[in-house]
Amino acid sequence: MAAVANSIFTPATAARFDKLATIYPLKRSALVPMLLYAQDEVGYVSDEVVAELAVRLDLLELDVRGVLSYYSMLRTVPAGKYNVQVCTNISCMLRGGFELLDHCKHKLGIGHKGVTADGLFSLEEVECIGACCWAPAVQVNYDFHENLTPAKMDAVLADYAAGKGKNEPPSPSIGSAAPEAK
Amino acid sequence: MPDVTLTVDGNKITAPAGTLLIEACKTAGIEIPAFCYYPGLSLQAACRMCVVRIEKMPKLQTACTTPVAEGMVVQTETPEIAQARKATLQLLLGNHPLDCPVCDAGGECELQDMTFKYGAADSFYTEPKNHREEQKWSPVVYFDRPRCILCYRCVRMCGEGMDVFALGIQNRGSSSVIAPNVPAQLSPEDLPNLDCEQCGMCIDACPVGALTSGAYRYKTRPWEMNHVSTVCTHCGDGCKTTLGVRSVSDGSEIVRGDNRDKSGMNGDFLCNKGRYAFDFANNIERLTSPLVRKDGKLKPVSWDEALKFAGAKLRELRDSRGPQSLGVIGSNRTTNEENYLLQKFARTVLGTNNIDHHRTADYVTLATSIGATTRANGKTRYASQHCVETAPALLFIGGDPTNQAPLTAWNARTNVRLNKARVYIANHEEIKLRRQSKAAIQVSQFGYGALAQYLAGDDKAANATSTVEQADVLSSFREAIKAEDPLIVIVGNEVRGGELANLIKALPHAKFGLTADYVNSRGASDMGVLPDVLPGYQPLTGSTIASEYSVADKPGLDLLAMFDAAAAGDLAALYVVGSNPVKRYGIDPATLGKTFLIVQDLFLTETALLADVVFPAANLYEKSGSVTNSYGDVQLVAKAADKAGTRSDFELIVRLADHIGHDIRTLVPFGKGLRADMGQTRGAQSGEADRHAVWMTANNMEPKLSPFDPFAILDEIQRVVPGYDKLLRLQLLSGNDQNITPAATGLVQIENRKDLVLPSSDTLFTSGSLTRFSPMLQDVQRHQETEVSDHLAAD
Repeated sequence: MAAVANSIFTPATAARFDKLATIYPLKRSALVPMLLYAQDEVGYVSDEVVAELAVRLDLLELDVRGVLSYYSMLRTVPAGKYNVQVCTNISCMLRGGFELLDHCKHKLGIGHKGVTADGLFSLEEVECIGACCWAPAVQVNYDFHENLTPAKMDAVLADYAAGKGKNEPPSPSIGSAAPEAK
Repeated sequence: MPDVTLTVDGNKITAPAGTLLIEACKTAGIEIPAFCYYPGLSLQAACRMCVVRIEKMPKLQTACTTPVAEGMVVQTETPEIAQARKATLQLLLGNHPLDCPVCDAGGECELQDMTFKYGAADSFYTEPKNHREEQKWSPVVYFDRPRCILCYRCVRMCGEGMDVFALGIQNRGSSSVIAPNVPAQLSPEDLPNLDCEQCGMCIDACPVGALTSGAYRYKTRPWEMNHVSTVCTHCGDGCKTTLGVRSVSDGSEIVRGDNRDKSGMNGDFLCNKGRYAFDFANNIERLTSPLVRKDGKLKPVSWDEALKFAGAKLRELRDSRGPQSLGVIGSNRTTNEENYLLQKFARTVLGTNNIDHHRTADYVTLATSIGATTRANGKTRYASQHCVETAPALLFIGGDPTNQAPLTAWNARTNVRLNKARVYIANHEEIKLRRQSKAAIQVSQFGYGALAQYLAGDDKAANATSTVEQADVLSSFREAIKAEDPLIVIVGNEVRGGELANLIKALPHAKFGLTADYVNSRGASDMGVLPDVLPGYQPLTGSTIASEYSVADKPGLDLLAMFDAAAAGDLAALYVVGSNPVKRYGIDPATLGKTFLIVQDLFLTETALLADVVFPAANLYEKSGSVTNSYGDVQLVAKAADKAGTRSDFELIVRLADHIGHDIRTLVPFGKGLRADMGQTRGAQSGEADRHAVWMTANNMEPKLSPFDPFAILDEIQRVVPGYDKLLRLQLLSGNDQNITPAATGLVQIENRKDLVLPSSDTLFTSGSLTRFSPMLQDVQRHQETEVSDHLAAD
């Protein structure tokens, strides 16, 4: 039986959360993974997500918000469809991370944590993403793009804008959903 | 635990093993500064102010987390330590606004004190300070974010101390911020706010001015007030509250209530009402002139006219229609001396036993049921408030301490947290204290009588005890509490009469406390403001006091019977002191049409509106005397505020007796025995009064030169009221509490007594008739009503 009636999550995620809550010695230890999975599904950590996770883990909403606000990778407002995360830590900085960031800002017309008007891109300046060997590096959603220059960055952004981003499955759902919406 | 010996700053000190170094030093008189450390709460070690040098340990160590050890050698003040503390202060002051001249905490701020001591006034930081606007979290709690030094005392106080968990920490590092439990986007006015018990403990714990009180902020400075430690007038727990008062054109007003003087039985604690609900005293609706009904309207008149009129009328009615046609209703909020005096007034001046008050607990049954019984070790069966804080096992039967007796709940929580006390609960509701309980049973609403029988061993009563099928739970519950010795039983006011008597009989090993609703509910009972009982629960015939009074031996009319008599036209006059029975008992105003009604109160209450004479009375914060809390702990009340135009109930009763034509020397034993020469104010003997006072204090005496001196009546109380005869006067004058136990024998025995206990069901934000005269309580009620959902942990 599901731990929460009328879950806001998909049945698969809800089932996953039911299990997550049982596998730690302390129930509340499941909070961080749950927040991440919830963000992946909903796009951000909404008030409804906070409320449901609090119920699932017998926490106060205040506790969930405390943890949520601690981690910069968790967000409480929707990001763009493609969240461009530019690293500016030491290796990337030495190899042009800031130039890359400035280029993205200029190109997309948004600043740090901004979202483009069409909701397609959002931009973030992030701490080290662990790709120092191939600096400067950028992470778009969960995909890495390495050894970038402003020109290469333009190509990456253009690919995403055209729906042909790295590792993007030629998903029929995206392709078919759009005409239906019209 | 065995003691260990250590050396601090070259002095050998001893402390029990396991003591924290900071506490051991404090006991030895060595102060180690700390912002985050708070006695009784969990350790944080966040502020680094308490660093000390301990020999053989690398680096400086935090004294707040280091337990003492044998042979430890500690330095608490060296240039190295001063430098470390100075650096800490510089970091804290990096973004701390230097608005001390307007800050509420200025003058009593721990950060300010430390900055003075270690001189970190100049900052190395050139960045502009990061200012944030202050936030109003509730009508009584405001947050000034830049002043916060992130000690987390408030977070721990709210969670661990209050079990509310309404404050948390959000963000991280230097952006960390204390956050309330209702974020802006979920609150109606789009600002963060607090959904909590509004106790203000976070403000009390705050070492700086980050959390400030809505009732006090920006009103005055700490050194401009006089601070008077007295007893809170609201519930029956007997907390001490320190009132900050200052002069105004019509006396002195209360501007702050807090807990600076932590000497009371409440230790650190004060609830919403104790901290903020003093504002009724400053209400502009206070009566400040006597009123007499003329041509159907209440008109202000002089004191002389009002007293003469009331006195003459009472005398005339007493002589023409007989003492049995007169009635007196007393108060739950007047002092013991006033209660005693009032019943003496009724019984000797008016000559009637028709005296009663709004009863909120059945103390007569408590006294007569415990009677001469003792626990197996011969010790008393009356619990004190201190027992709740220290006893290894507590049993709560009925009541909801969190709302009705907040200190009892605080003490129980503290006892569980610090001493691992075992709490047992039998209640018909899911009270919040269940969260601390070891075992709890659900009793059906009228199942307390059956519970008493079940605890006494009657297994057949199990079904009536609870509507829930829980035979196993019940029996293990009974076994558990029978095995607890000593056991403190705190009984709510659902249980009274025969049920209470059975309960007391069923648990012969237990000590009992009975919670009542107001500051001196117990005192009103103890002092015999009852129709069938003399002070100290002595019978109307045969006791010393009865022979002194020569009262009628028939019980008088109780409160409801008085109104019945009034309806029948048999009650010629009614004298109501500090009570609002018309509202409380829903009395039809027409009932009192043929009764001459005298009311003395703070406000024009529903009862006062019907009166023929109204006297403006002083409240508990404006008089001295003593009060007795629910548990029988007697404490001194000190006069803090003053309101021109009002007089204490004590003075009013005496003056009324005088105007009736009674010899007040027989009412108040003043001016007898010791006569003080108060000396001269100028010249060679000008210090005489002071020296005289020293001598009298040393001999346990005070001058009673005036018929309005409550201590003259306290002398009589000590002389004739069993239990109160054991009061130590110096202890009382020192502000200490003393537990009173009624006499073991010779108490009144009443069969088939009417149950007239009417619980007032006050919450954290109501206090009887005073509620609507306290703007703060009104504000807080409105604030709590706007909360759309419950942000607290399941109660």
